[in-house]
Amino acid sequence: MMNSQSCVTILKEWDIVAARQMGREIAKNIGFGTVDQARITTAISELARNIYLYAGEGKISFNIVQSLDTKGISIKAEDKGPGIKDLSQVMEDGFSTSGGLGAGLPGVRRLMDDFDIISEVNKGTTIVTVKWLR
Amino acid sequence: MRIPILKLHNYLLISIQTELDDHTAIQFQEDLLGEIHKTEATGVVIDLTSVDVIDSFIAKVLGDVVSMSDLMGAKVVLTGIQPAVAMTLIELGIHLQNVPTALDLEQGLLKLHQELGE
Repeated sequence: MMNSQSCVTILKEWDIVAARQMGREIAKNIGFGTVDQARITTAISELARNIYLYAGEGKISFNIVQSLDTKGISIKAEDKGPGIKDLSQVMEDGFSTSGGLGAGLPGVRRLMDDFDIISEVNKGTTIVTVKWLR
Repeated sequence: MRIPILKLHNYLLISIQTELDDHTAIQFQEDLLGEIHKTEATGVVIDLTSVDVIDSFIAKVLGDVVSMSDLMGAKVVLTGIQPAVAMTLIELGIHLQNVPTALDLEQGLLKLHQELGE
Protein backbone atom coordinates (compact mmCIF):
# COMPACT_ATOMS: atom_id res chain seq x y z
CA MET A 1 0.00 0.00 0.00
CA MET A 2 1.43 3.34 -0.97
CA ASN A 3 0.41 6.71 0.26
CA SER A 4 3.12 9.13 -0.69
CA GLN A 5 5.50 9.57 -3.57
CA SER A 6 8.33 11.90 -4.45
CA CYS A 7 11.04 11.65 -7.04
CA VAL A 8 14.30 13.15 -8.30
CA THR A 9 15.47 13.02 -11.90
CA ILE A 10 19.15 12.09 -12.15
CA LEU A 11 20.89 13.97 -14.94
CA LYS A 12 23.86 15.71 -13.39
CA GLU A 13 26.22 15.14 -10.49
CA TRP A 14 24.37 17.47 -8.14
CA ASP A 15 21.16 15.42 -8.57
CA ILE A 16 22.89 12.64 -6.58
CA VAL A 17 23.03 15.02 -3.61
CA ALA A 18 19.44 16.17 -4.20
CA ALA A 19 18.23 12.55 -4.22
CA ARG A 20 19.95 11.64 -0.99
CA GLN A 21 18.77 14.83 0.74
CA MET A 22 15.17 14.10 -0.23
CA GLY A 23 15.55 10.46 0.88
CA ARG A 24 17.05 11.45 4.22
CA GLU A 25 14.20 13.88 4.87
CA ILE A 26 11.60 11.20 4.13
CA ALA A 27 13.46 8.63 6.26
CA LYS A 28 13.65 11.11 9.13
CA ASN A 29 9.91 11.86 8.89
CA ILE A 30 9.05 8.16 8.94
CA GLY A 31 10.98 7.90 12.21
CA PHE A 32 14.25 6.19 11.27
CA GLY A 33 17.15 6.76 13.68
CA THR A 34 20.48 8.31 12.66
CA VAL A 35 22.17 5.01 11.79
CA ASP A 36 19.34 3.87 9.50
CA GLN A 37 19.18 7.37 8.02
CA ALA A 38 22.88 7.04 7.15
CA ARG A 39 22.29 3.57 5.65
CA ILE A 40 19.33 4.76 3.56
CA THR A 41 21.07 7.95 2.42
CA THR A 42 24.21 6.05 1.43
CA ALA A 43 22.19 3.44 -0.48
CA ILE A 44 20.43 6.24 -2.41
CA SER A 45 23.78 7.83 -3.18
CA GLU A 46 25.13 4.56 -4.62
CA LEU A 47 22.00 3.95 -6.71
CA ALA A 48 21.91 7.53 -8.02
CA ARG A 49 25.60 7.38 -8.91
CA ASN A 50 25.10 4.14 -10.81
CA ILE A 51 22.42 5.87 -12.91
CA TYR A 52 24.64 8.90 -13.47
CA LEU A 53 27.70 6.80 -14.42
CA TYR A 54 26.15 4.01 -16.46
CA ALA A 55 22.85 5.26 -17.86
CA GLY A 56 23.43 9.01 -17.88
CA GLU A 57 19.80 9.63 -17.06
CA GLY A 58 17.21 8.14 -14.81
CA LYS A 59 14.98 8.62 -11.84
CA ILE A 60 14.98 7.88 -8.13
CA SER A 61 11.54 7.75 -6.51
CA PHE A 62 10.52 7.28 -2.92
CA ASN A 63 7.44 5.67 -1.45
CA ILE A 64 6.35 5.24 2.10
CA VAL A 65 5.28 1.62 2.36
CA GLN A 66 3.13 0.00 4.96
CA SER A 67 3.05 -3.61 6.15
CA LEU A 68 0.78 -5.11 8.82
CA ASP A 69 2.91 -4.07 11.74
CA THR A 70 5.38 -1.46 10.50
CA LYS A 71 6.21 0.97 7.77
CA GLY A 72 9.24 1.65 5.68
CA ILE A 73 10.82 3.59 2.86
CA SER A 74 10.89 2.11 -0.62
CA ILE A 75 13.44 3.47 -3.07
CA LYS A 76 13.07 2.83 -6.77
CA ALA A 77 15.99 3.57 -9.11
CA GLU A 78 15.12 3.30 -12.79
CA ASP A 79 16.95 4.07 -15.99
CA LYS A 80 16.76 3.26 -19.68
CA GLY A 81 20.51 2.71 -19.88
CA PRO A 82 22.56 -0.17 -21.28
CA GLY A 83 21.26 -2.67 -18.72
CA ILE A 84 23.26 -5.36 -16.97
CA LYS A 85 24.34 -8.46 -18.85
CA ASP A 86 25.21 -10.67 -15.93
CA LEU A 87 23.19 -9.86 -12.81
CA SER A 88 24.84 -12.48 -10.62
CA GLN A 89 28.23 -10.97 -11.46
CA VAL A 90 27.31 -7.42 -10.40
CA MET A 91 25.84 -8.77 -7.19
CA GLU A 92 29.23 -10.25 -6.27
CA ASP A 93 31.34 -8.30 -3.81
CA GLY A 94 34.31 -6.62 -5.44
CA PHE A 95 32.90 -6.51 -8.94
CA SER A 96 33.03 -3.09 -10.54
CA THR A 97 33.36 -1.84 -14.06
CA SER A 98 33.94 1.80 -13.11
CA GLY A 99 37.23 1.43 -11.26
CA GLY A 100 35.53 2.49 -8.06
CA LEU A 101 35.78 0.65 -4.80
CA GLY A 102 33.42 -2.04 -6.01
CA ALA A 103 31.01 -1.48 -3.13
CA GLY A 104 28.13 -1.04 -5.55
CA LEU A 105 25.00 -3.15 -5.44
CA PRO A 106 26.02 -5.85 -2.91
CA GLY A 107 26.76 -2.98 -0.50
CA VAL A 108 23.36 -1.42 -1.14
CA ARG A 109 21.69 -4.78 -0.52
CA ARG A 110 23.47 -5.09 2.84
CA LEU A 111 22.44 -1.59 3.91
CA MET A 112 18.76 -2.16 3.08
CA ASP A 113 16.26 -4.94 3.95
CA ASP A 114 14.57 -5.90 0.66
CA PHE A 115 16.31 -5.68 -2.69
CA ASP A 116 14.94 -6.46 -6.15
CA ILE A 117 16.58 -5.84 -9.49
CA ILE A 118 15.26 -6.22 -13.01
CA SER A 119 17.55 -5.46 -15.91
CA GLU A 120 17.42 -5.98 -19.63
CA VAL A 121 20.33 -5.31 -21.98
CA ASN A 122 19.74 -2.14 -24.03
CA LYS A 123 16.45 -1.51 -22.23
CA GLY A 124 17.46 -0.44 -18.77
CA THR A 125 17.55 -1.33 -15.12
CA THR A 126 15.05 -0.99 -12.30
CA ILE A 127 16.02 -1.55 -8.69
CA VAL A 128 13.53 -1.45 -5.83
CA THR A 129 14.87 -1.59 -2.31
CA VAL A 130 13.09 -1.19 1.02
CA LYS A 131 14.19 -0.41 4.58
CA TRP A 132 11.67 -1.27 7.29
CA LEU A 133 11.26 0.58 10.54
CA ARG A 134 11.94 -1.76 13.45
CA MET B 1 31.88 25.36 -3.51
CA ARG B 2 35.36 25.08 -1.99
CA ILE B 3 36.38 23.65 1.34
CA PRO B 4 38.57 26.04 3.36
CA ILE B 5 42.05 24.80 4.31
CA LEU B 6 43.65 26.43 7.37
CA LYS B 7 47.34 26.49 8.13
CA LEU B 8 48.61 26.05 11.70
CA HIS B 9 52.42 25.93 12.03
CA ASN B 10 53.46 22.88 9.99
CA TYR B 11 49.97 21.51 9.77
CA LEU B 12 46.93 22.00 7.60
CA LEU B 13 43.50 21.76 9.19
CA ILE B 14 40.30 21.06 7.34
CA SER B 15 36.83 20.74 8.78
CA ILE B 16 34.34 19.52 6.21
CA GLN B 17 31.06 21.27 6.99
CA THR B 18 29.17 20.92 3.74
CA GLU B 19 27.34 18.09 2.05
CA LEU B 20 30.03 16.67 -0.21
CA ASP B 21 29.11 16.28 -3.85
CA ASP B 22 31.51 14.61 -6.27
CA HIS B 23 32.84 17.82 -7.74
CA THR B 24 33.51 19.45 -4.37
CA ALA B 25 35.33 16.31 -3.24
CA ILE B 26 37.60 16.24 -6.31
CA GLN B 27 38.22 19.98 -6.06
CA PHE B 28 39.19 19.51 -2.42
CA GLN B 29 41.64 16.76 -3.36
CA GLU B 30 43.38 19.12 -5.78
CA ASP B 31 43.28 22.08 -3.41
CA LEU B 32 44.76 20.10 -0.53
CA LEU B 33 47.66 18.71 -2.56
CA GLY B 34 48.36 22.20 -3.92
CA GLU B 35 48.31 23.64 -0.42
CA ILE B 36 50.68 20.93 0.91
CA HIS B 37 53.06 21.81 -1.89
CA LYS B 38 52.80 25.56 -1.29
CA THR B 39 53.08 25.52 2.52
CA GLU B 40 55.40 22.52 2.87
CA ALA B 41 53.07 21.19 5.53
CA THR B 42 54.14 17.90 7.12
CA GLY B 43 50.80 16.96 8.65
CA VAL B 44 47.13 17.30 7.76
CA VAL B 45 43.99 16.74 9.82
CA ILE B 46 40.71 16.31 7.98
CA ASP B 47 37.85 16.53 10.46
CA LEU B 48 34.65 14.76 9.43
CA THR B 49 32.55 15.46 12.54
CA SER B 50 29.87 17.28 10.52
CA VAL B 51 29.75 14.75 7.69
CA ASP B 52 26.73 12.48 7.93
CA VAL B 53 27.11 10.54 4.67
CA ILE B 54 30.22 8.97 3.18
CA ASP B 55 29.40 6.84 0.14
CA SER B 56 31.84 4.71 -1.86
CA PHE B 57 32.89 7.60 -4.07
CA ILE B 58 33.64 10.04 -1.25
CA ALA B 59 35.42 7.24 0.63
CA LYS B 60 37.59 6.61 -2.41
CA VAL B 61 38.43 10.32 -2.75
CA LEU B 62 39.37 10.51 0.95
CA GLY B 63 41.43 7.31 0.80
CA ASP B 64 43.18 8.56 -2.33
CA VAL B 65 44.00 11.95 -0.84
CA VAL B 66 45.66 10.19 2.10
CA SER B 67 47.84 8.12 -0.28
CA MET B 68 48.59 11.10 -2.52
CA SER B 69 49.62 13.29 0.42
CA ASP B 70 51.74 10.41 1.70
CA LEU B 71 53.57 10.31 -1.64
CA MET B 72 54.31 14.01 -1.27
CA GLY B 73 55.61 13.48 2.26
CA ALA B 74 52.69 14.76 4.33
CA LYS B 75 50.83 12.63 6.84
CA VAL B 76 47.02 12.85 6.86
CA VAL B 77 44.77 11.87 9.76
CA LEU B 78 40.98 11.63 9.39
CA THR B 79 39.12 12.56 12.56
CA GLY B 80 35.61 12.59 13.98
CA ILE B 81 34.00 9.91 11.81
CA GLN B 82 30.45 9.55 13.22
CA PRO B 83 29.22 6.18 14.54
CA ALA B 84 26.51 5.97 11.86
CA VAL B 85 29.05 6.71 9.13
CA ALA B 86 31.50 4.08 10.44
CA MET B 87 28.74 1.43 10.55
CA THR B 88 27.48 2.30 7.08
CA LEU B 89 30.96 2.22 5.52
CA ILE B 90 31.78 -1.22 6.91
CA GLU B 91 28.38 -2.62 5.88
CA LEU B 92 28.88 -1.16 2.44
CA GLY B 93 32.15 -3.12 2.30
CA ILE B 94 34.54 -0.19 2.52
CA HIS B 95 37.27 -0.65 5.08
CA LEU B 96 39.62 2.27 4.40
CA GLN B 97 42.59 0.25 5.56
CA ASN B 98 45.88 2.08 5.99
CA VAL B 99 44.05 5.35 6.58
CA PRO B 100 45.14 6.90 9.88
CA THR B 101 42.19 8.03 12.02
CA ALA B 102 41.58 9.57 15.42
CA LEU B 103 38.52 10.28 17.55
CA ASP B 104 38.61 14.05 17.29
CA LEU B 105 40.70 17.00 16.16
CA GLU B 106 42.67 17.05 19.42
CA GLN B 107 43.58 13.34 19.19
CA GLY B 108 44.36 13.83 15.51
CA LEU B 109 46.89 16.57 16.24
CA LEU B 110 48.37 14.43 19.01
CA LYS B 111 48.76 11.53 16.58
CA LEU B 112 50.56 13.77 14.08
CA HIS B 113 52.88 15.07 16.83
CA GLN B 114 53.77 11.52 17.81
CA GLU B 115 54.23 10.15 14.32
CA LEU B 116 56.17 13.12 13.01
CA GLY B 117 58.21 13.46 16.21
CA GLU B 118 57.77 17.19 16.37
